[in-house]
Amino acid sequence: MIKARMKFNKSGSMKFIGHLDVMRYFQKAIRRSDIDVAYSTGYSPHQLLSFASPLGVGLTSDGEYLDIQLNSTKTSKEMIESLNGVMTEEMQVTSFRILPEDSKTSMSLLAAADYLISVKDGYQTIPNFKEKFESFINQKEIKIIKKTKKSEKEVDLKPFIYAYGFTKPEFEEKIGRNLGDTTAGEYKNGIKVYLQLTCGSVNNIKPELVLEAFCQANNWEYNPFAYQIHRIELYTDTNAKKGEINPNGSQTKRNLVPLDQFGEIA
Amino acid sequence: MRKLALSDEILLTIEKPARYIGNEVNMVVKDKNEVDIRFCMCFPDVYEIGMSHLGIQILYDMFNQRDDVYCERVYSPWVDLDKIMREQNIPLFALESQDPVKEFDFLGITLQYEMCYTNILQILDLSQIPIYSSERTEEDPFVIGGGPCAYNPEPIADFFDMFYIGEGETVYDELMDLYKEHKKRGGTRKEFLEIAAGVEGIYVPQFYQVEYKKDGTIAAFRRINEHAKEKIKKQVETDLSHTYYPEKPLVPLIKVTQDRVVLEIQRGCIRGCRFCQAGMIYRPIRARDLEFLKDRAYKMLKATGHEEISLSSLSSSDYINLPELVYFLIDEFRSKGVNISLPSLRIDAFALDVMSKVQDVKKSSLTFAPEAGSQRLRDVINKGLTEEVILKGAMDAFQSGWNRVKLYFMLGLPTETLEDIEGIATLSNEIAKEYYTIPKQERNGRVQIVSSTSFFVPKPFTPFQWARMATAEEFLEKQRFLNGKMKEQLNYKSIKYNWHEAEVTVLEGIFARGDRKIGKVIYDAYKKGCIYDAWSEFFHYDVWLQTFEENQIDYMFYTSREREYDEILPWDFIDIGVTKKFLWKEYEQAKNQTVTPNCRQACQGCGAASFKCGVCIEKRNS
Repeated sequence: MIKARMKFNKSGSMKFIGHLDVMRYFQKAIRRSDIDVAYSTGYSPHQLLSFASPLGVGLTSDGEYLDIQLNSTKTSKEMIESLNGVMTEEMQVTSFRILPEDSKTSMSLLAAADYLISVKDGYQTIPNFKEKFESFINQKEIKIIKKTKKSEKEVDLKPFIYAYGFTKPEFEEKIGRNLGDTTAGEYKNGIKVYLQLTCGSVNNIKPELVLEAFCQANNWEYNPFAYQIHRIELYTDTNAKKGEINPNGSQTKRNLVPLDQFGEIA
Repeated sequence: MRKLALSDEILLTIEKPARYIGNEVNMVVKDKNEVDIRFCMCFPDVYEIGMSHLGIQILYDMFNQRDDVYCERVYSPWVDLDKIMREQNIPLFALESQDPVKEFDFLGITLQYEMCYTNILQILDLSQIPIYSSERTEEDPFVIGGGPCAYNPEPIADFFDMFYIGEGETVYDELMDLYKEHKKRGGTRKEFLEIAAGVEGIYVPQFYQVEYKKDGTIAAFRRINEHAKEKIKKQVETDLSHTYYPEKPLVPLIKVTQDRVVLEIQRGCIRGCRFCQAGMIYRPIRARDLEFLKDRAYKMLKATGHEEISLSSLSSSDYINLPELVYFLIDEFRSKGVNISLPSLRIDAFALDVMSKVQDVKKSSLTFAPEAGSQRLRDVINKGLTEEVILKGAMDAFQSGWNRVKLYFMLGLPTETLEDIEGIATLSNEIAKEYYTIPKQERNGRVQIVSSTSFFVPKPFTPFQWARMATAEEFLEKQRFLNGKMKEQLNYKSIKYNWHEAEVTVLEGIFARGDRKIGKVIYDAYKKGCIYDAWSEFFHYDVWLQTFEENQIDYMFYTSREREYDEILPWDFIDIGVTKKFLWKEYEQAKNQTVTPNCRQACQGCGAASFKCGVCIEKRNS
């Protein structure tokens, strides 16, 4: 069995399709394509697929990942073309790599994510957005109540916000890599902020939570409809030990590597 | 990027936004400026139901094969969006272009069940198209209805400009050609309706006037426009192997009710069950060639990526090549992880073999539809299924490892007695008893029998179209009686009894055999907020009863009244091939408890032979 990892984007009206339906979408797209996917054994066999991280309804992305097991493979180019030929333009595969046999799933590797938050046209946001955001993020502590299904607890977001920037070059410089092409929508008002946040099973900070904290800090009502959130990339931290993360201030320095940098192009 | 009709904020506020964005796999994209005709096809129920309907997939494919037509789709907005659209005055839009439906040339509405009638008004209202045909102007689309409920279009006649009586594959091309010419000429709305009235199968209700007798029955059904035909002849696709059938059906982005490839193996039925409307209106039975079906199975699975394929038809066991088709599907697709979903089959060696191949015996169940509990009543309804056959089928299945049985019955069939009803309980018990004759060590646990009853609604174009329907009270009394009898059975612990709501059945009965007087009631009930009547959580029986009362209509006139042979029935102007004389003869036979042989055994001269196709021109085995 061959392990492979695909990167795909999700834009336009596809942002209204939830994670379970994206999974179903891929299962059917793979059947329409020529991809020789491996099936589980048993009475009702299913394709051996695993997604890195569910994307919330309403969000767009350039950095979604799907690990797949195959019986056989063609070149990366052929695999990408075969899938994209049977998928909508608003969801396209951008990378296909063969992984070493002992690779962990992208879900278990996850450590950080880049986001672009844009203010949608026709909505109001905090005046002097850039200055206010800058002073918000430079506080010593960024406290907010984080609600989960089970509990509510106060968390400090500060250690989990790894980088921010107001323009693409600024953000690229801070994170030390180029972001590449994007399918993110553009808005006339031009108000936006890039963020790099902790992501994964150990701790997951959603960009919505940062926005909410920002609004709270400025006594501004948080309107989730006013912002378009776009995921740019997902990373693993090659310096992190199993089950641990390296937030700001920890002794080990992070080494974030995008999930599409593993394995080989076929 | 595609521009959507609804804002992000609305789409992120409502349930399942994917219902309204289109963009499904295999959606047809055309430039609206490059076509002559824009046709919007509507299923007046929620997206997940509408998208599961084969007929629309066929017609969508058929229309879009024409370069001059762009066919798009619309479904009923769910109640959450309905409210927002009204508040914000957003016109209802088609999924493909996201353009308002009111800008189209045609709005075609499929009429699959009576309980969707208020949803039709919702579609028109939200589209900002006048609800009454008489109020529409040159700016409005032509609203055309089709499907099984079009066989009695009278209750909703005032809301439609035309009805298409029969199968869609036949005269739409002609209608589109005529419309294109008309549009170029720049004729008026009325002129086109007159042209359309000349097309076989097209009924233009405003060209007819109904006069009533004092007792409420029809005195005369008169043509008031010289272009109107006296009789509207049902249209039939005579060759189902050389006609439209999609190769690339739409694949929804969310899970819908039928999330699979559907292969219609035949149309029509030879059985002639006397309660069954489909069995009469789709006569004669016409099968599709095996090679045609194999080809479509391949292409549709490839083009959709679905992991399941199901066969669709009435009485599938009567499809002559069924074993060959099913074994082909199993051999060809099972290894590729495709599930084969079987229709309900007559239980025999073949059925048990394929069922064991495609289903998990431990999880699946056997299905029988005796429809009535006693042999006497089964003879009345011409359901040629005997207790002996049921018990033998069940026993064969039990010995092959099955232990679940589903039974379907109807309550309120004509001539039904308490003994007939009790027969449902005793038959359920007999099947359980049969199971326990198997030595304990060979049994597969307990047997589980699920018996369900629905209430019988007499439908137009059946031998029971003249019959009195039971009242809600009578239905409930029958149900209570049966429930009691179930509990008296020796094996009652192995039997589960499911029943249906009686109230919605009453309304279905009114609409099924209603006349034009009902239209106003539907309108008034809709104005009071009735929509999604097929959904029990939105069905307001009290509002309907009150609306009938306000309109001074005694609904029992439509339901619980035995008709005379010479009464003019609201749907008499439609010619389905099967004659009224034949239906009456069948009604008499029913009262005599006499069984009529099926079409393959012996032709009964029902009238469907006028279509010169299918079983009517096949060689018979006897």
